[in-house]
Amino acid sequence: MRYYALIPFLPLLGFLINIIFGRGLLKHRAHWISVPVVGLSMVLGLMTVREVISGNVINEDLYSWVISGDFKVSVGFLIDQLTAVMLVVVTVVSFLVHVYSIGYMHGDPGFYRFFAYLNLFTFSMLMLIMSNNFLQLYFGWEAVGLCSYLLIGYWYQKKSASDAGKKAFIVNRFGDFGFGLGVILIFLTFGTLHYAPVFGSVSSIAGKTVVLFGYEIDLITLIALLLFCGAIGKSAQIPLHVWLPDAMEGPTPVSALIHAATMVTAGVFMVARCNPIFNLSEIALTVVAVTGAVTALFAATIGLVQNDIKRIIAYSTISQLGYMFLACGVGAYGAGIFHLYTHAFFKALLFLGAGSVMHAMAGELDIWKMGGLKNKMRITYVTMLLASLSISGIPGFAGFFSKDEILYQTYLKGDLGKVLWLMGTVTALLTAFYSFRIISVAFHGRFRGSHPEEHHLHESPPVMTIPLVLLAIGAVAAGWVGIPPLIGEAIGLHGAWFYEFLSPVVGHPSEEGSHSVELMVMTLSIIAGIAGIILAFYLYRGDAERAKALLKRPFLKKIHTVLWNKYYVDEFYHLIVVRPALWTARTVIEAVTDIGIIEAIVNGVPKTIGRFSERLRAIQTGLVNHYAIFMVGAMFFILAFILMVK
Amino acid sequence: MAYPVLSTVIFLPVVGALILLLMGRRQELAIKWFSLIFTVLTFVVSLPLFLNFDKTRSDMQFVEVFEWIPAWNIKYYLGVDGISVLFVLLSALLGPLCVLISWHSIKDKIKEFYIALLLIEAAMIGVFSALDFFLFYVFWEAMLIPMYLIIGVWGGPRRIYSAIKFFLYTLAGSVLMLVGIIVLYFNGGHTFDILSLMSQKFPYKLQLILFWAFFAAFAVKVPMWPVHTWLPDAHTEAPTAGSVILAGILIKMGAYGFLRFSLPLFPDATKAMAPVMLTLSIIAIIYGGLICLVQSDLKRLIAYSSVSHMGFVTLGIFALNQQGLEGGILQMINHGIVTGALFLLVGVIYDRSHSREISHYGGVATVLPVYAGFFMVFTLASIGLPGLNGFIGEFLIILGGFKASRLAGALAATGIIIGAAYMLWLYQRVFFEEVNPHIKGYKDMDLREIITLAPLVVLVVWIGVYPNTFLSFMHESVKQLVIKLQ
Repeated sequence: MRYYALIPFLPLLGFLINIIFGRGLLKHRAHWISVPVVGLSMVLGLMTVREVISGNVINEDLYSWVISGDFKVSVGFLIDQLTAVMLVVVTVVSFLVHVYSIGYMHGDPGFYRFFAYLNLFTFSMLMLIMSNNFLQLYFGWEAVGLCSYLLIGYWYQKKSASDAGKKAFIVNRFGDFGFGLGVILIFLTFGTLHYAPVFGSVSSIAGKTVVLFGYEIDLITLIALLLFCGAIGKSAQIPLHVWLPDAMEGPTPVSALIHAATMVTAGVFMVARCNPIFNLSEIALTVVAVTGAVTALFAATIGLVQNDIKRIIAYSTISQLGYMFLACGVGAYGAGIFHLYTHAFFKALLFLGAGSVMHAMAGELDIWKMGGLKNKMRITYVTMLLASLSISGIPGFAGFFSKDEILYQTYLKGDLGKVLWLMGTVTALLTAFYSFRIISVAFHGRFRGSHPEEHHLHESPPVMTIPLVLLAIGAVAAGWVGIPPLIGEAIGLHGAWFYEFLSPVVGHPSEEGSHSVELMVMTLSIIAGIAGIILAFYLYRGDAERAKALLKRPFLKKIHTVLWNKYYVDEFYHLIVVRPALWTARTVIEAVTDIGIIEAIVNGVPKTIGRFSERLRAIQTGLVNHYAIFMVGAMFFILAFILMVK
Repeated sequence: MAYPVLSTVIFLPVVGALILLLMGRRQELAIKWFSLIFTVLTFVVSLPLFLNFDKTRSDMQFVEVFEWIPAWNIKYYLGVDGISVLFVLLSALLGPLCVLISWHSIKDKIKEFYIALLLIEAAMIGVFSALDFFLFYVFWEAMLIPMYLIIGVWGGPRRIYSAIKFFLYTLAGSVLMLVGIIVLYFNGGHTFDILSLMSQKFPYKLQLILFWAFFAAFAVKVPMWPVHTWLPDAHTEAPTAGSVILAGILIKMGAYGFLRFSLPLFPDATKAMAPVMLTLSIIAIIYGGLICLVQSDLKRLIAYSSVSHMGFVTLGIFALNQQGLEGGILQMINHGIVTGALFLLVGVIYDRSHSREISHYGGVATVLPVYAGFFMVFTLASIGLPGLNGFIGEFLIILGGFKASRLAGALAATGIIIGAAYMLWLYQRVFFEEVNPHIKGYKDMDLREIITLAPLVVLVVWIGVYPNTFLSFMHESVKQLVIKLQ
């Protein structure tokens, strides 16, 4: 039975029903269709995962999609261990976000449209992770990008929202430019786009080179780097990270589902999926690892000083995605996917918690206008606190296990590994700091808004808090499937089940470490996390006098300004991409070439002919005697000419 | 053969035009309905081409041949193969849609307008099915006159300038082709028979001269850079139906000319000149895309985007391999559907606002949600979103282009970034943000307008999800062409 084919197509059905009948018929009842279809696809998804756990890997074509000459590609499904993990993440988080949205989007005029897009996203994301070839991967890749565009700009009447949607799409296109060429190069190298034959024969082309613009380049490295371009865009890594913070213009459930738990992790998934390719190129792996580590640190520093609760969490997402790439780059794909999986729970929870706060505060985003919320919103507070402990890497919570494994594997990776490990550990401290800055400023202390606002504060309805609680369970316990052997032995559990499960797809990391090193790395990362938490509470206690005092120092103030302005990356792009493109279009192309040269010639030729005939017309006098003279004269010349030639 | 399908498809609109000629000019509603019935009938009788086409053959099918002017060995010779059949179908499909979209927007000289429309349809289909050079040239030029009239009579404020520019531009190109045809006649054993000319091999020098003579005609029609400047003017001033025909079919005739004549007749010259053609294509893609970024007129923007998209088409054709050629042909169909639809959609809003200025709009999605939905689908198709038709064509073209030249493939791919930028920006300015006071109270699309656009939505998704329905028509004929070029 191919019941697994229903997993993506059920949400597609929900989308079609809602987009056609939503506006006239379903209206505020749109979730009657949307939520059950995703629920059903979650159940089917989990059933499929159980089959994979029992050892059945599915790889089947549905139909031939495109055939042209020797180019052939199908729509088909590959459900192996890696896809199984993604299936759990995507269907579970998607279902919870759908349920949460019933409450969060209640009363919105575009209710049906929201659920239609959310369904379409779930379909696209499932097509992406379940694909068995690169072209369908590309389809899912672009389709989730479309949903992201539609949902970021969901409140399109706001200019900032429609700007952000457009920016997300176009910035991603820059990454996809490379990704698309990578896919084409794969076809030209292997003669197919299906994973199994490509990965099966990849070792045979190791060491082959290709001449590109006069340079000889290692073919595998080129393919890997082109693919990675796509990952940089989709997973918001430096230098294409600029779209993700702006994407927070979308409704908060969207931020949780698309811009934290699922879509933005597609880049990590893709790199892990293509590990046979990346493993053959030391250069590509190094690029992945360095990009990841630099992005992790870079984004975390920006997150330190932002005041918009969603933007802080967005920078946190960029930073955590950096960790995942760092893991892939050092060959610890299992750890990267493990972090993807735990991150999905605690980060979706952080966003939905932030949404719950916004729900109580009429959409307020500035953490400085909050304060003391912990007494008014118990469930939101407790679940947010658990998510923050998890992301800070406090032992026992999900985030601890995955982040620890990444730092440990990085440390083992030679001298460069030590440097990257240091960056990762510093990032861990910053992560704990900005996470607990939110807790301290928004949930502790006293409320800073007006009295009517304070009066309005309330806990969200159960349809929103139940998903929070369920995600909180994940944020705490999801990591227990990947307890490091070091701890596992101590407490008598079989550790590292997760890595064993994934190993048929992604293998094992190449480096072997010792217990003492592992213990040292683990201790340092725990210290970093706890230090960050203490520092946040220390500086932001009460009305944050200590933090304000620090900012009075000129040097720190300068740093603060740079961080507050996000290192001026947006301004830089405006200067080197947007303005030159528009200038070229307006001046060089339109004014000079199109109008100045081409049109001048086009209009000039007939004009010249016209002027010439104007003159010529003067001899057309209409007088017969003139014509007679011309005739006689001409005959005379012709005669003379003939005689002379003879 | 049961009955002459191609002749029926060509002459049914002509019969319709004759009947219209006999009708009184006051019977406006009857004129419209007659036009609609005849165009729908034309489409229906064209369906056997789709259903009974033998996809395993590479040669001409549905062939009809009669002596016409025996003195000069001129024949009435029709037939279609995998390269041309889809264009006949597309022409037949766009006919009724053009009638429907003009229903209320043409208020003046209604009878003459529909006569012109029907005659254009006949000539278009003739161009794609003629297998005799003389006959081909007759159809090719016959198309020009009603099109000239449609722009010049029913067009916008600068219609005269645009119509004359369109006419002179295309005529200048066509004349060189006519000379080329005559040279072929004398060098190919006094025949206009295209198939028999194709079976001959001409000396390289002659091929080269003829390649450029034909290039003049086809490049203007496509239009390739730098002979594209008639297109924005013609599109901007033409009435909606005129723009749809221009974008949907007329500019395809140029690319079709390359496929049908230049490649098989002058294979050596084609191969030698391919780098030049690829370069011009790349320039068109990037140049046409960038210039879209700074247009303030809706139709002008879409017109320039055609220059960019047709750059993809010529890139695919001159990649001279299976994927490039099939991608190029498919992209011609795609562009006809998508850009045709975009012009139809601009017509829908123009009927309400009588403004083509982008700044006149804003917040249209709030006032006309159904309209916004339709426009979104075609915007996405235009920027090559996978799952819709544009992607399949562009992907095959870039793949083919990459095979022919890595640099060309890579540069063409930048077109998809620029495409997303100008189309999404356009969409934002027209549909998103605050509602512009100008557009308050506009009615959303009515049933007639939805019926006009719906078939094109179906095709956009169909080709995107299952392109093999259409690609399979081309395989054999394109394969033969590729063999000939080796």
